[in-house]
Amino acid sequence: MSVTAVRPRSAVQHRRRRRRLGRAAWNAVGIAVLVVMAFPVFWMVSTAFKPDAEIYGEAPTWFSASPTLDHFGDAIDSTLHPGFWDAVKNSVTIVSVTVVLSVFVAFLAAVALAKYSFTGRKLFIVLMIGILMLPAAGLIIPLYVVLARYGLTNQEDPLPTGAIAGVILTFLTFLLPFAVWTLRGFILGVPRELEEAAMVDGSSRLGAFTRILLPLVAPGLVATAIFVFITAWNEFIFANVILSSQGNYTLTIWLSHFLGTSRNTDWGALMAASTLTAIPVVIFFLLIQRKIAFGLTSGSVKG
Amino acid sequence: MTSSQVPDTTAVAAGLDSHRARRRRPFSWTRLYRGAAPYLLLLPVVVVIGTILGYPLYKLVTLSFQEYGLPELIQRKGTWIGFDNYESVLRDSIFWETLLRTVIFTVANVGLTIVLGTLIALLLVRVSTWVRIPLTVVLVLAWSMPAVVAVQVFYWMTNFQNGILNYVLAQVGIGAEQHDWYATTFSKLAMVTVLIVWGAIPFVTISIYAGLAQVPRELVEAAEIDGAGPLRVFRDVTFPIIKPILLILTSLSIIWDFGVFTQPYLLIGASHLDETNYLMGVYVFLQGYAQSDFGRGAAISLLMLLIVGVLSVFYVRQMVRAEEAR
Repeated sequence: MSVTAVRPRSAVQHRRRRRRLGRAAWNAVGIAVLVVMAFPVFWMVSTAFKPDAEIYGEAPTWFSASPTLDHFGDAIDSTLHPGFWDAVKNSVTIVSVTVVLSVFVAFLAAVALAKYSFTGRKLFIVLMIGILMLPAAGLIIPLYVVLARYGLTNQEDPLPTGAIAGVILTFLTFLLPFAVWTLRGFILGVPRELEEAAMVDGSSRLGAFTRILLPLVAPGLVATAIFVFITAWNEFIFANVILSSQGNYTLTIWLSHFLGTSRNTDWGALMAASTLTAIPVVIFFLLIQRKIAFGLTSGSVKG
Repeated sequence: MTSSQVPDTTAVAAGLDSHRARRRRPFSWTRLYRGAAPYLLLLPVVVVIGTILGYPLYKLVTLSFQEYGLPELIQRKGTWIGFDNYESVLRDSIFWETLLRTVIFTVANVGLTIVLGTLIALLLVRVSTWVRIPLTVVLVLAWSMPAVVAVQVFYWMTNFQNGILNYVLAQVGIGAEQHDWYATTFSKLAMVTVLIVWGAIPFVTISIYAGLAQVPRELVEAAEIDGAGPLRVFRDVTFPIIKPILLILTSLSIIWDFGVFTQPYLLIGASHLDETNYLMGVYVFLQGYAQSDFGRGAAISLLMLLIVGVLSVFYVRQMVRAEEAR
């Protein structure tokens, strides 16, 4: 009796010890992965704050002993690297118009998808997801030809207004499907019973909509708006084609031209410029990542 | 009766309305409005997408049958040449080499992304909390990096002069002082691969980690007590549960990597891009837009969209199926 009672306990202890050793090993691997994944981001920030001597020295330093803001000054200096403030202005204009329009228009469609059943619903969903999957590179040529015809690219119109409108329309088209899809998910997340209860209590359909649904979907609207912001801010391929002269670059395009043709690369300034471009995106992304991440994989829910 | 069951035809809708036994409204403005409501709500999206995407798509098809270069762009009129563009593209060995290169590139990138992403997700389950939380934060941080920014940082890290990669390798005693990481076609594309996989791992890992939360602990422990090793547990317990999410992630990655543009275009650099290192996205851009041969470019674009369309069938079907099952 006692023998059989002791045996399993020692087996359990043995397994526990092995597990603790195993965990230490896994933790070590985990830290190695962390270092590799974090390194590029760390190196960008670290380089941006380093004085030139530490960047170009025989042995680079990991952390700077005397951090400097000089590279940030150089990066936005209008004679050294012209165009930073223009690019900020263009990015902010393009992104904010895109966000407002796309969230508003997408919300209407998301309500239709979440609240109504109608002929053509499935076709609409297939089209939305299909558009989401289109590779941008494959659509540059016809978009360019069509936008050029209506004066919405650089070549046709020396003023940036036309080209900026062209970029906004293009972004809108490619961001709408995603915005519709995520917003629909957020609306479905609001229990139907809440609205029904409000209507039973004498509220009109519109009243139930504005007083119950809208406040509950508000965080979803914000998250979607931020996601649209990030994607539009980061966009490279369409903006690069449509905004081809320096006055109307977005920040991303400005950064991609930062090196120019000079043979002596100013790495410190490049990393400072990179940091400046990334900061708004990183902040917003950290805020919403949890909310947005799984819209694209919702197809796996039901095998 | 929920509104999701409201039938489509007006006849049945009328029947249900009378069944609802409210006093009939003699004329059904309301009913008409109710029936039209979803379409009115969809209208703005349909108009925007229809004009900004629909018309260019139509244009893409017609362009691909035309001689259309800069003179035609200015005159706004191409010359109809039938299938000449397609013939020229399909007879061009550069097209086939690029396609093959892109397929190999996609297989390598997707394979690495999914395998490493899954391994890191499994690792996240095994590490202590004080490792897991910072590791998750770092993954989200890497995920949030804009592609153009990531390109610049990789370019700096792998630069032959003062690049940290060469320095570290020299310190450990492998590799030359000033090794050029972009010397050959293979090394150029390998650098692009490292950049893409680094950027793609977080999404895969975090999605799979969420899927792993659905694996019942008891099931794993029961299998372990029955003497199953870690590999066996993964194959017979964990894998079947995360399989649907793995399939979705794989098909998304295939679609994205096949059409990738920003990373190869910027990291290899416009002056070093040529037919020995084209990927499909870069090829279509340079052949069509940069050389202003829009007709031929349109033909290549259509072929590329066709391939991606076929690749997307599985993903779209899964999404629609999940939608119908809700």
